[in-house]
Amino acid sequence: MSESLLYFVQQLLNGLTMGSAYALIAIGYTMVYGIIGMINFAHGEIYMISTYISFIAIAGLMMLGITWLPLLLILALIVAIAVASTFGWAVERVAYRPLRGGNRLIPLISAIGMSIVLQNYVALGQNNRDVAMPQLVKGGWLFGAEQGFEVSLSYMQLMIFVVTLIAMAILTLFISKSRTGRACRAVAQDMKMANLLGIDTNRVISMTFVIGAALAAVAGLLLGLYYGVANPFIGFIAGLKAFTAAVLGGIGSIPGAMLGGLILGTSESMTAAYLSTEYKDVVSFGLLVVILLFRPTGLLGKPEVEKI
Amino acid sequence: MSGLPSNAYTPDSKLTSALIASGVTFALAFAIMGMKLQGGLSPTLEAASTQTYVLIFTATALVFLFQMTREKISAFFSFIPWPRLPRYSTAHLSQSKRDQREKVVTLLFVIAALIWPFIVSRGTVDLATLVLIYVMLGLGLNIVVGLAGLLDLGYVAFYAVGAYSYALLNQYFGLSFWVCLPIAGLLAASFGFILGFPVLRLRGDYLAIVTLGFGEIIRILLNNWTQLTGGPNGIGGIPKPALFNLEFGRRAKEAGNQPFHEFFGIDYDTGYKVIFLYILAILLVLATLFVIRRLTRMPIGRAWEALREDEIACRSLGLNRTIIKLSAFTLGASFAGFAGAFFSARQGFISPESFSFIESAIILAIVVLGGMGSQLGIILAAVAMTVLPELAREFAEYRMLMFGLMMVLMMIWRPQGLLPMKRPQMELENV
Repeated sequence: MSESLLYFVQQLLNGLTMGSAYALIAIGYTMVYGIIGMINFAHGEIYMISTYISFIAIAGLMMLGITWLPLLLILALIVAIAVASTFGWAVERVAYRPLRGGNRLIPLISAIGMSIVLQNYVALGQNNRDVAMPQLVKGGWLFGAEQGFEVSLSYMQLMIFVVTLIAMAILTLFISKSRTGRACRAVAQDMKMANLLGIDTNRVISMTFVIGAALAAVAGLLLGLYYGVANPFIGFIAGLKAFTAAVLGGIGSIPGAMLGGLILGTSESMTAAYLSTEYKDVVSFGLLVVILLFRPTGLLGKPEVEKI
Repeated sequence: MSGLPSNAYTPDSKLTSALIASGVTFALAFAIMGMKLQGGLSPTLEAASTQTYVLIFTATALVFLFQMTREKISAFFSFIPWPRLPRYSTAHLSQSKRDQREKVVTLLFVIAALIWPFIVSRGTVDLATLVLIYVMLGLGLNIVVGLAGLLDLGYVAFYAVGAYSYALLNQYFGLSFWVCLPIAGLLAASFGFILGFPVLRLRGDYLAIVTLGFGEIIRILLNNWTQLTGGPNGIGGIPKPALFNLEFGRRAKEAGNQPFHEFFGIDYDTGYKVIFLYILAILLVLATLFVIRRLTRMPIGRAWEALREDEIACRSLGLNRTIIKLSAFTLGASFAGFAGAFFSARQGFISPESFSFIESAIILAIVVLGGMGSQLGIILAAVAMTVLPELAREFAEYRMLMFGLMMVLMMIWRPQGLLPMKRPQMELENV
């Protein structure tokens, strides 16, 4: 393989790493949108909170003397998922449920307000500066050194791929096979009818928020360890990217969110590598506009049929 | 686990739900506030202050009490009537009398607004000027969101275009505020037009994300195009507007101009500048109010609302939706351009930080809180959204937290907005 090809492979690996994390966050947006048709602006903050919680959990466990890495990570993941789901559930209960059924813009403003609240809540509790974590998952594979460019695939990146794949597989199984998953699909299709057939729609909606928050917690732990730093304001831009990914893939469609995340992550790392780092966000939004121009409902979204 | 049906409220389920709610409160409070994380190579946790723990337990206890006495509280509050605005009916008057009376009331308000700054302190006038900027932005966004029903989350981009066009034209070509004001409006309008074209095919939330992306693109460009815009350092030393050739500084900066205080032979006072800016803002807002009021009565204004209500019906009646949507976008953007030019003149310094997404969110909140389409409502909402955070300034770090809570609570408390829009209507006389 030539040098430039190896460089390309490296960028592809970086992009797919980021993309799979975006996809995890994007699912939270897409599921909520699919069921109640609202943009949950506070979802990015759930991701930010999960990063903090997993950092706190890791620090606490290390102080308790647990240093065996797999146990440490699994315990931190469990704590992060538990706390983030509780946050997701509480946010829906407090800020969205009283507003259901009215104008679409009302829950949107409430969600923006909630996102400001969560940001400043964390800034208040944990101060608003960067907090750094040590690199826990070290090492990786290096190859291609004799061809002129050394490609590195770190164990951390590999872990992100694998964990994302497992999480997606569990989600897909849950949605397609379980009773609650079937209820979720039914509510997304027709809420009124599902209600008439005896499905507790409130419970299903709460469930959606919990699932979305749990996946954001997985992303929070993984990306938190990957970057090694966090601050209370990382949620906004991550949420924006994930939402872009969800729209790119067709909002409301779970495979679409996965695809959108991967495309967005790859395009971003390619732009950063070949064009300029500063303008990578400009390119991802530009890409979004171009894709929406040709497919107004996203890549995998179903075209809306207007009935009179 | 959660969805307790509200109709089956036995004491037992009440206790359970209160326990769940207070447990959740405790968990959420403790997870973030309970321990302080100290990062570094070997991260550690520190206990928070005793005060924080007391706070966490108080909050938990309060939530428990609230959940247990919820019905009693809401029953108690339903006794206190919501203060109704005095219903002043003008239905018995004839149309011309009604118009006349409206004119008198408006005139009284304008006179009060013009006299008021000479009585109160300078800080208050300055704050009022800021409120007026938000009123202008709210009125402009109202065209797009409230009247035409297009969700725009990147309105701040046009505001930024207006502000930077005055700052840059002044810096590079030395153009004055009065020349730049229309140019800023035109430039912002053309940006609105350019953005409008590709996104017209999109509906609802796809439009929202594209406009949000557009806002971010403008901010990133301003941040990174350092040669032109000064990047994150922004542009400083933007001159204040002059009254004809009278300047409000201590000394005139431009040749041929004279300081205001010298011309009238009075002592120099920075207060004149503040009041002048305020009056200028009042005039701009009045012009905006007048133009938009007229627009809503014109065929194009009616078409915006018709399109918002039912797009298919509009198209089958032969309305050209491209022109209608584009005109809403373009006109809405031009008002943001005027507001932006005025903003940069007032601040004297602008940087991309002033044009972040949170500004768009605040403007949108003003429109929604005002009641989607109602002009008086928007003015009230702009006052609320600007003055309340200013009053909370003494709470320093809690300020933004309270602002966010306010947004959530206001939406729950009055989802239809402060003053929902009333359709202009005419009743037949002598029936």
